[in-house]
Amino acid sequence: MNRTVQKYNTIMTGNEAVAVGVKLSRVRFISAYPITPQTTIVEKLAQMVADRELNSRYVEVESEHSAMASVMASELTGIRSYTATSSHGLLYMHEMLHWVAGQRLPVVMSVVNRAIGPPWNIWSDQSDTMSQKDTGWMQVYCESNQEALDTIIMGYKIAENSDILLPLMSMEDAFVLSHTTEPVNIPEQKVVDDFLPELDLSFRIDTDRPMGYGSYSPPDGPFMELKKDMHDSMEKSRKVIRKVTEEFAEATGRDYSGLVEEYLMDDAEYALIASGSLASTGKYVVQKMREKGLKVGLLRIRFFRPFPGEEIRKAVKGLKGVGVIDRSLAFGEKGNTYLEVAGSLYGKRDTPLYGFVAGLGGRDVKIEDFEEMMSIMKNREPGSYWINVRGGE
Amino acid sequence: MVMVPVTDVSSRANKTDTWRTQKPVIDYDACIRCMICWKFCPDDSIAYSTDGNFPAPNDRIAKLEAPVIDYDYCKGCGVCANECPENCIELIKEEVE
Repeated sequence: MNRTVQKYNTIMTGNEAVAVGVKLSRVRFISAYPITPQTTIVEKLAQMVADRELNSRYVEVESEHSAMASVMASELTGIRSYTATSSHGLLYMHEMLHWVAGQRLPVVMSVVNRAIGPPWNIWSDQSDTMSQKDTGWMQVYCESNQEALDTIIMGYKIAENSDILLPLMSMEDAFVLSHTTEPVNIPEQKVVDDFLPELDLSFRIDTDRPMGYGSYSPPDGPFMELKKDMHDSMEKSRKVIRKVTEEFAEATGRDYSGLVEEYLMDDAEYALIASGSLASTGKYVVQKMREKGLKVGLLRIRFFRPFPGEEIRKAVKGLKGVGVIDRSLAFGEKGNTYLEVAGSLYGKRDTPLYGFVAGLGGRDVKIEDFEEMMSIMKNREPGSYWINVRGGE
Repeated sequence: MVMVPVTDVSSRANKTDTWRTQKPVIDYDACIRCMICWKFCPDDSIAYSTDGNFPAPNDRIAKLEAPVIDYDYCKGCGVCANECPENCIELIKEEVE
């Protein structure tokens, strides 16, 4: 159907797929500090640079805070820049995440979702990125190695749109994607070049035209207006995301359908909302339940920022129950996705809403766990429940 | 287009001389033009001067470029005086008229 699909697929891990995505996006500056399970992304990129397979500057730094600071500086000169991290490394970057977003720099970063200690735990958990959801970065949660590769390319196009100019982080689940091999179709360089034009940053540092960067604003200065403009761009980005995923589908044949993916939602009576690789298990369970005659569907959240409230309101209309699965939680409240879904439904939909906190610290979320969620949705009061936790829910 | 926190003017527009409580003064008769003060100034407020009209310890040094403090931007932090190997930068109390 199109010119771009390779005749064969390449077997690779999620982290290798991400590195290939970075190479195809012609990134010119990479700065990173290694942390499990992100390490093999930047290891692969360092190798590509050393082998002159990738024409980029690779800078090893002493911390993630410095990695993000140097990426901010390079991006300000108008150079497409990239970094990657996980877990504690991401938290160490926290301050610089605000700076990069506030300076309106379209950086793309990969985050391999990993739990936060204590106790030490290197497995899949979304607490790291959920604690960065309000930094002004767009957030995408990938479900497959293919999506992890494609999201880097689409990510730069969305972030660099002149109406958006906000950074984007693309997530992979630790080990389930990052270190597991899958067949991946690599787009041809020419297709990516046609899809993703060179970065043209209008306010880049130019020694012939000195400007004040990161200067100061008193309360009556432009501070509040700058923050509103970031918010407005985040709102506008929904439209850009839908358009870019359509263009990507035209170029490669792979359609990521905007901010969310609907799976068997058309005639569904119940729905699960999940993100990342949990959605894959969820889809399998949905199929099995449909064989038993239960009309279930699944809504996979790809973009968490901007949050797809409109898509969710549309999808859950008239459903008997909606269950939101979270691999992180706000202590003293509920799962982070649950809270956002509840926020977007409030006053507009009265769909019974269930929250399921599951899989923290990489604990497997098994088919029987999904079956338990379905049973709770059918038999119990709406609310938040813990799944497969010792000592009761 | 988005709003960007970039100002059309450089930081030259913001003079910081009133931040100073002490003013560094170079004794050119003792200054050996090592330019260590220039190197250490955290605010880029010391420049090279080539006009050659500064006093100097001897004729050879008189031919070298001399450090000149830009009092529009010097905040009086005293790093230059602290680093000067010849102890020829003195901090004097800033007087405002």
